[in-house]
Amino acid sequence: MANVRPRKISRKATGGDAVFENGARAVGASVLLITGGVGVFLAWQAYPTLERYGWSFFTESQWQPDQDVIGIAAVLVGTFSVAMVAMAFAVPLSILMALYISEYAPARFRSSLVALIDLMAAVPSIVYGLWGFFLIMPYAAELALWLQRYLGWIPIFDVANTDPNAAVWDTTRYVASAFCAGIAVAMMVMPMACAVMRQVFSQTPDGEKEAALALGATRWGMVTSVVLPFGRGGIIGGTMLGLGRALGETIAVVLIVSPAFEIKPRILEVGTTTVSSLIAGRFGEASSSQLSALLAAGFVLFVITLLVNTVASVVVNRSRSGAGTDA
Amino acid sequence: MTATQERGPQDQALRDRVPEDQTPEQPTTLPRYDEDAPPPLPRASLGKPSPDERFAHIGSWVAGLALAWLVTQKLLPLDGLPWLLIGWFAFGTLVTAVTAAMSGGMIEVKDRVARSVVSTAALIVGAAVVSTVIFVGVRGWEPVTHLNFFTSDMSGVGPKDGFEKGGILHAIIGSGIELGIALVITLPLGIGTAVFMTEVGGAFARIVRTVVEAMTALPSIVAGLFIYSVLIVALGFPRSGLAAALAIAVMMLPIIARAADVVLRVVPGGLREASLALGASRWRTVWHVVLPTARPGLATAVILGVARGVGETSPVLLTSGAAAFTVAGPTDGVMNSLPLFIYANVRSGEPQAIARAFGAAFVLLGLVLVLFVIARLLARPNRVSR
Repeated sequence: MANVRPRKISRKATGGDAVFENGARAVGASVLLITGGVGVFLAWQAYPTLERYGWSFFTESQWQPDQDVIGIAAVLVGTFSVAMVAMAFAVPLSILMALYISEYAPARFRSSLVALIDLMAAVPSIVYGLWGFFLIMPYAAELALWLQRYLGWIPIFDVANTDPNAAVWDTTRYVASAFCAGIAVAMMVMPMACAVMRQVFSQTPDGEKEAALALGATRWGMVTSVVLPFGRGGIIGGTMLGLGRALGETIAVVLIVSPAFEIKPRILEVGTTTVSSLIAGRFGEASSSQLSALLAAGFVLFVITLLVNTVASVVVNRSRSGAGTDA
Repeated sequence: MTATQERGPQDQALRDRVPEDQTPEQPTTLPRYDEDAPPPLPRASLGKPSPDERFAHIGSWVAGLALAWLVTQKLLPLDGLPWLLIGWFAFGTLVTAVTAAMSGGMIEVKDRVARSVVSTAALIVGAAVVSTVIFVGVRGWEPVTHLNFFTSDMSGVGPKDGFEKGGILHAIIGSGIELGIALVITLPLGIGTAVFMTEVGGAFARIVRTVVEAMTALPSIVAGLFIYSVLIVALGFPRSGLAAALAIAVMMLPIIARAADVVLRVVPGGLREASLALGASRWRTVWHVVLPTARPGLATAVILGVARGVGETSPVLLTSGAAAFTVAGPTDGVMNSLPLFIYANVRSGEPQAIARAFGAAFVLLGLVLVLFVIARLLARPNRVSR
């Protein structure tokens, strides 16, 4: 009896399992190599440019490779102003839409509304670009004129070199702006952010909602006291995910804006540039050193979106919404 | 069952002889109904607005429309439909607030106003979607009605030629080839990675998951620029459908891998354990239990990835080059695709070309819609368990 011992438990795979495990590991490694390779390659290619121009790469606003003046200050400001306009439209709309779907909509429409939002997310960005350029831009220009007329004293709503009260208004100063591009980008961002928020709102424990209603809360009281606090992580996370998408959006922006290399806080005024529209516009005639500069700009954009997305996923996972709650 | 367990061992012999349902100690009692009670009334009014409330609700919005028309179109210099709609929203909300204040307190006012703001936002979103689809449909209708739009390419067709000449066959074929190649690359790699991350696990899988999640942040234009600078500038290959397919694959791979990972993670652990407990190897468990269970979800993930890939313009803009003629070989030089065709034609500024671009956008939108509906139909059986 002395030599009876518990059998050794081993998780080591044998036979077919070993083949499967190592095969899967090889696939994982190759994907790691491909995706990680892109990041490493970008960093490696960006390094000469960053080394050569140093901090001036981030502070210089002109992009004139012929005169050896390259910087992404104006481009970054443009990227952020387009993204901010997009978020200003998309965030309130997506929160309200998510609330509508999860709390207000009649139950029989709910799944079709969810499908509608998912479908919006799948619509190609170039279609939204066409929509923004041909359908929305005239209205957006009119709205821009109105904003300048009444809110022009706020610097961001100012448009240089025009008189908003002129008898015939100069349309060309108000189109192709960060504002117009931001509206089209908002259409792309909204469904993404809305999908995340709706998912989190729908996880709100029914018991807590019913408790609020049973205590006599109105529906809005229930939303503000239960659903919104519960979904705060989802709201922040969805917003950040949308921001990450908005920063990298290319084709709608390229279609709408006219390029201008100038640090411009005036979002209503014609002309701006984002990192992605810079790449789309300049890659064709770029020499190898200019290509490195474009790759550096792309790398900076990638790092920014990566940071934004990482913060978003941390926020969503940390919030109470992610954890399984009882009741 | 609990009653029989409580009785103790002395009844063991009795239970062995008498079948369960004939045990004399447990008379079955049917729940009793009161025959004379009135039939239960459905509480129809619970949570629903009374006719009064409904009248106040609809009436406020009608009054709001009238006020808005009066103020924007007659009193203030704010002509046009947009101002009327904005005024309708403002005055409708205002009248709603006033009627709510007449019947209830501040809490009631807040509730009604919040409801109308939320519903209006939903209407705006709906209007944006519908306007996108209708606008593209109306502008792109004329070229689409010509059959040759689908059966011929643009070779030898001038920018000002009518719609009875030329079409987008080359762009459709190009999109198909590029996506096909991208899918052949991403499908095994993406799902394989997801299987590795969820089924094998370990420290290395965590690294892979972190990197894959990080790479979903890669802007699509940077993916295109990567392929452009590696394949076309550094290695000297010409622009081709293959390069475009690789760019799309680089963009799609993290998306599909991540979505598939999410799908595989929600496969119930009990199914895996049951399979392993029956003696199946891990490989058989994955192949016969995990993957079939997750199949609808995986199909949805892949199709949504494809829908994303087919509409993405920026990677193909950098890598494929727009040909006007049909190219069937992925390495035979420049190849057009639907998004690129739309982009190039819109940029040309020629009205006829723009109309063609809208036609192609209509086709692209229809394609995405079809893919999306397929994805929804495949996902449907899975929704019961969720």
